[in-house]
Amino acid sequence: MKPVLDSKPVRLILAVLSAVVIVFLLQRGFVFLRDTTASKIVIVVFAVLWGVGGVALLYTVANWIVELLPGKWVARVQPIVFVGPGLALLFWFLAIPVFRTLVLSFRDPTGQKFEGFGNYVYAFTNRIMIETFRNNFMWMVFGTFFCVSLGLIIAVLADKSRYEAVYKAIIFMPMAISFVGAGVIWKFVYTYKGEGVGISEIGLLNAIVLAFGGQSQPWLILPPYNNFFLIVIMVWLQTGFAMVILSSAIKGIPAELLEAARIDGASEFQIFFGITIPSIQGTLITVTTTIVIFSLKLFDIVRVMTGGNNGTNVIANEFYLQRFTYSDAGQASAIAVILLIAVIPVMIYNLRQFRESRAF
Amino acid sequence: MKSLQTKNNLSNFLVNFTLILICLIWIVPTLGVFITSFRNSEKIFQSGWWTILPHNEYVKTGEIKIDESVDVNGPITVDGVTHTFEEWRAGVVMPDGKQLTWYGNKRTRQIDIQTQEWIWFETGMTLENYKNVLSGKEIRFKDGSGQEIVRQGNNLNSAFLNSIAVAIPATIIPILIACFAAYGFAWMNFFGRKFLFTIVVALLVVPLQIALVPILQDYTKLNINGTFLAIWLAHTGFGLPLAIYLLFNYINQLPRDILESAFIDGASHFTIFTNLILPLSVPALASFAIFQFLWVWNDYLVSLIFLGDQNRVMTMALAAIVGEKGQDWHLLTAGAFISMILPLTVFFSLQRFFVRGLLAGSVKG
Repeated sequence: MKPVLDSKPVRLILAVLSAVVIVFLLQRGFVFLRDTTASKIVIVVFAVLWGVGGVALLYTVANWIVELLPGKWVARVQPIVFVGPGLALLFWFLAIPVFRTLVLSFRDPTGQKFEGFGNYVYAFTNRIMIETFRNNFMWMVFGTFFCVSLGLIIAVLADKSRYEAVYKAIIFMPMAISFVGAGVIWKFVYTYKGEGVGISEIGLLNAIVLAFGGQSQPWLILPPYNNFFLIVIMVWLQTGFAMVILSSAIKGIPAELLEAARIDGASEFQIFFGITIPSIQGTLITVTTTIVIFSLKLFDIVRVMTGGNNGTNVIANEFYLQRFTYSDAGQASAIAVILLIAVIPVMIYNLRQFRESRAF
Repeated sequence: MKSLQTKNNLSNFLVNFTLILICLIWIVPTLGVFITSFRNSEKIFQSGWWTILPHNEYVKTGEIKIDESVDVNGPITVDGVTHTFEEWRAGVVMPDGKQLTWYGNKRTRQIDIQTQEWIWFETGMTLENYKNVLSGKEIRFKDGSGQEIVRQGNNLNSAFLNSIAVAIPATIIPILIACFAAYGFAWMNFFGRKFLFTIVVALLVVPLQIALVPILQDYTKLNINGTFLAIWLAHTGFGLPLAIYLLFNYINQLPRDILESAFIDGASHFTIFTNLILPLSVPALASFAIFQFLWVWNDYLVSLIFLGDQNRVMTMALAAIVGEKGQDWHLLTAGAFISMILPLTVFFSLQRFFVRGLLAGSVKG
């Protein structure tokens, strides 16, 4: 009996059979998850086990089958099992959508009829769109400038202090907070009750303004300043990112270089501009481009804080509005393509860096 | 030498002073939300959260009834001091230091006597806000004027569980898939290997808005819109470029001789992968796992589009409270904190790995 079970063809049949059973069971699991009315905790536990276990099982059984194939075929098919699923998802979710969205951007709201450049003409002439471009430009310039410069200042200063780790952890902390959560935190800072007898402002900013003898203001509905109050939130969230990356670059500057400069009598300012900045130039560029891209795609903060009203709309929010509020898939696609075109220079830069790194 | 010492002390002081100032600005908004979440809802609407600090405040110590015969539209005299109704309502400081303030409107005919007192601690800190915002049932709370409000709860309880059901698989699945792919790119030979990896690098900065419209079409056709599977797949697809890129860089650097000796011993790729590469890659896996977990947990856009209301996650639930009840600070602050607990814990306990991941992956947009 044993030799038969051990022979390769039989094991292969067994492997394929178990693959079929696993796929069937996973499909049943999906149907259960979709239609179930079980208690939430049961659903959560089942979902986690089903999702994670399912993927692990599929890989295991696929490899099991492949390794039972004749020798030459193993080397040919195994790369597909290893790299294939990842690439398939990449193509489905990112690579192919680039072209599909491009096609949709030339079509009408339902994607049925060809419309030529109409969506693009609208995107570059409509008053609301031009306002979003202006706002995104402000986010890019001011947001990036304050994130990078504050991050740099904090990194340089903290490097000189004994309590570096504490300071850095505090500045870094917002990176763990969602934009929606950050929105709540800052909305509370900006909150406004208005004038009236017996009313005391409960928002920190208005309380400070009142304490200095000013008038309380509805900060978030005051264009164009409200944009800056929103940009503050991004600076609060992203400075930690700039600080951490720049800090590690600063620590990479050879100590002898700094010492030699100090012995030659260079002031701290001269060292900062003469040595620190040139040494971390590459990192500065990386951090700046990352934050520029971030501010280009920015959505959550505006969505939660103002919904894009009162002159605070941004490109990504207009994309959302076009697709989901006005149901115009064509217009939304054109906006997405514009976003993509804006990041192409960074993409080319990354590809060039990759070629130079000779990882392959 | 001495002057150098004092100069050093001074610059040290300036450095720390500046940093403490910046850190205060950074932490005070969060602190305000944290404190507010434990305050009584009535008090939240009446006074700023900083009033829980020791301070001097007018406290009501008695009241005066104004006789029906007094014309409230003309000047009103109380204890020998005469003012108009508006002035009384704004509060008048009497010669003896007490403040008299008209309570309510003209018809109440009541004046409160208030004396300045030091308030050291605010009493009545409560967990009520947390209980209310977590509950999906009917909730009751008091607004600023002491009126009781009855409302449907926001059911953050279920949103929290949904977030877990989304975040854990959406963290582990892309890691698993990316790890296999990274191993394939690093140690296997196949046609188009370099070209395909170039595509991975190119996709690193592609804004995910480009994918939302077509993917939504696919999901509608496949009838999986709103399911957990749909959002796991989306997060996996969007997270894969960075995951493959990071893990490839790591796995590619592992010494080649390990692999060769394993091959000579007759081990298959799959065995080498599970028994050698996975354990060796734990630091890189941890870095990316934290990255992806925080990203998925904090994501709003992807879940807003691919998850229905019955499976809504924390960020969606929180944004919904902002939308419907933008001024309900007792619910918002407690909700915000519940949404932050898990990511903050992960973040502070595994900060080292997170920083490493950031440094390795700072090419991503």
